[in-house]
Amino acid sequence: MATKPITRNTVIPGFGPTLGYTVFYLSLIVLLPLSALVVKTASLTWPEFIATVAAPRVVASYKVTFGAALAAAGVNALFGLLVAWVLVRYSLPGKRLIDALVDLPFALPTAVAGITLSSVYAANGWLGSILEPRGIKVAFTPLGIFVAMTFIGLPFVVRTVQPVLEELEEEIEEAAACLGANRWQTFRRVLLPELLPALLTGFALAFARGVGEYGSIIFIAGNMPMVSEITPLLIITKLEQYDYAGATAIATVMLLFSFLMLLTVNLLQKWSRRHAAR
Amino acid sequence: MSIEIVSVNKQFGSFTALNDVNLTVPSGELTALLGPSGSGKTTLLRIIAGLETPDAGSIRFDGEETTDRHVRERQVGFVFQHYALFRHMTVEENVAFGLTVKPRKERPSKKEVRERVHELLRLVQLEGLADRFPSQLSGGQRQRVALARALAVEPKVLLLDEPFGALDAKVRVELRRWLRRLHDEIHVTSVFVTHDQEEALEVADRIVVMNKGRIEQVGTPAEVYDQPANPFVFDFLGSVNLFHCRSEQGQARAAAPELSMGYVRSHDIEVERRQSDGAVEAEVRHIQAVGPAVRVELLVRGTGKTVEAELSRDGAERLALGLGETVYARPRKMQTFVADYQI
Repeated sequence: MATKPITRNTVIPGFGPTLGYTVFYLSLIVLLPLSALVVKTASLTWPEFIATVAAPRVVASYKVTFGAALAAAGVNALFGLLVAWVLVRYSLPGKRLIDALVDLPFALPTAVAGITLSSVYAANGWLGSILEPRGIKVAFTPLGIFVAMTFIGLPFVVRTVQPVLEELEEEIEEAAACLGANRWQTFRRVLLPELLPALLTGFALAFARGVGEYGSIIFIAGNMPMVSEITPLLIITKLEQYDYAGATAIATVMLLFSFLMLLTVNLLQKWSRRHAAR
Repeated sequence: MSIEIVSVNKQFGSFTALNDVNLTVPSGELTALLGPSGSGKTTLLRIIAGLETPDAGSIRFDGEETTDRHVRERQVGFVFQHYALFRHMTVEENVAFGLTVKPRKERPSKKEVRERVHELLRLVQLEGLADRFPSQLSGGQRQRVALARALAVEPKVLLLDEPFGALDAKVRVELRRWLRRLHDEIHVTSVFVTHDQEEALEVADRIVVMNKGRIEQVGTPAEVYDQPANPFVFDFLGSVNLFHCRSEQGQARAAAPELSMGYVRSHDIEVERRQSDGAVEAEVRHIQAVGPAVRVELLVRGTGKTVEAELSRDGAERLALGLGETVYARPRKMQTFVADYQI
């Protein structure tokens, strides 16, 4: 049996150059650095590798980083959906301003965000001075890490959910109402399933950003070993001590974790989208 | 269940969608709201459903005031032009939706739901497709799923908004005949909106002709077609030729003096070779065979007006018309209205 050639006669030109460029670009920008990471890690022996990545201080940092990133992405999924809903469904004065505001965490240099957040949440800051007397310490605790990650992750959810929400026909909600569904049933059974793939994408992006975030977190985290130290900070610390192999070893583990998380989200997404493709 | 619409008004900004509309839809009938776009027919349907609230006036179901009742509680089945199916649900889940959102006390058991759904799918002839998703169905199938979904909750009233509007011509004709048969089986009071006069004439028990937010005429298909109340209805329900005429006790004569306007359908124009009483002399300008009929465009001598006649194939062959030939056109049947309406 003859195999079909990849390039069939098509009206879209430039299959060769575009595919070639895509492969080259991805190799150069993504694959090459990542393989360098693995190669560098491989200079460690297996026991050395385990000792580095499973050190108590490192394990604690995984927990803080991934835990806070998951929580932040979860909160963003909820409130990002809400923001997107308001932006799409209601016409209110200053809507365009709110819309622009959503993108600010994207644009702000992370260090600026970090310094601002820590000054607001510090004991003498605007919010910190209200919260701390009530026993809620945000700055220099894991809670602060969570706050920073929430801040930088919000646009991801809003910007992925918004277009999908805009495309949803109002008719399906009317149809649900005619069939006797109340608002909650309509949301839960008609709207949410339609939004879920986009919501999961937003969640995954926000999570990935949170895990990789450095600049805005280190100012507010307090960076206490075993308590509020994030993994990227540990990597920097190792680098500063010229322990390149150790740094890349931790990075490799992070990469693996992140990859697994994203894979899971992707599978969930595929499942929630099972109706569309067929 | 009968529906009464009493002096309903609806305004969208400066646009008057409905202007003092009064209508009674008798129980068990299939009524068509027919009109051009912007005539308010869809707005009226949505007000009956409760998807829109009237600015003034009231809606009564079986004499009971329903105007302020929420769409959820009206027990209406609504079928949308673009189906509005739930994409993430299978056909079965779509049809079952109305049953599964009922309050726990009234909700039928899973088994009962299944049985009811399959019974409905049998009714709409989609039995084998219960596990498909809407994206795997054709337009006609989707609309039948939408209909089954609407019928699942046993609505007192079935409302259809241009239900065949998004389908291609052949499927449209099939589906509307099928809808007619279905209605004869289940007899639920139904109102459907259409801009297609053929559809309304073929399917409905009664036709409500609407224009610019008002009702122009209500009647059976035969009534509105044969005895249109005014020039608009005449024009909207079929082809029109205008003759200036003098009306003499029903004896219409095509002539020059402008006393009133004579309205004649294309198929009511006789084309002859010989001059006869009431006929006008005309020149054949264009001949076009359209399916079973032949359309002939005639230029009336002396007036510069064109008249369109529709002949049967046989009739056209017998006449053996040629372009530029002189013939005589005689209206077989004419309706006169005072000349205040311009087409």
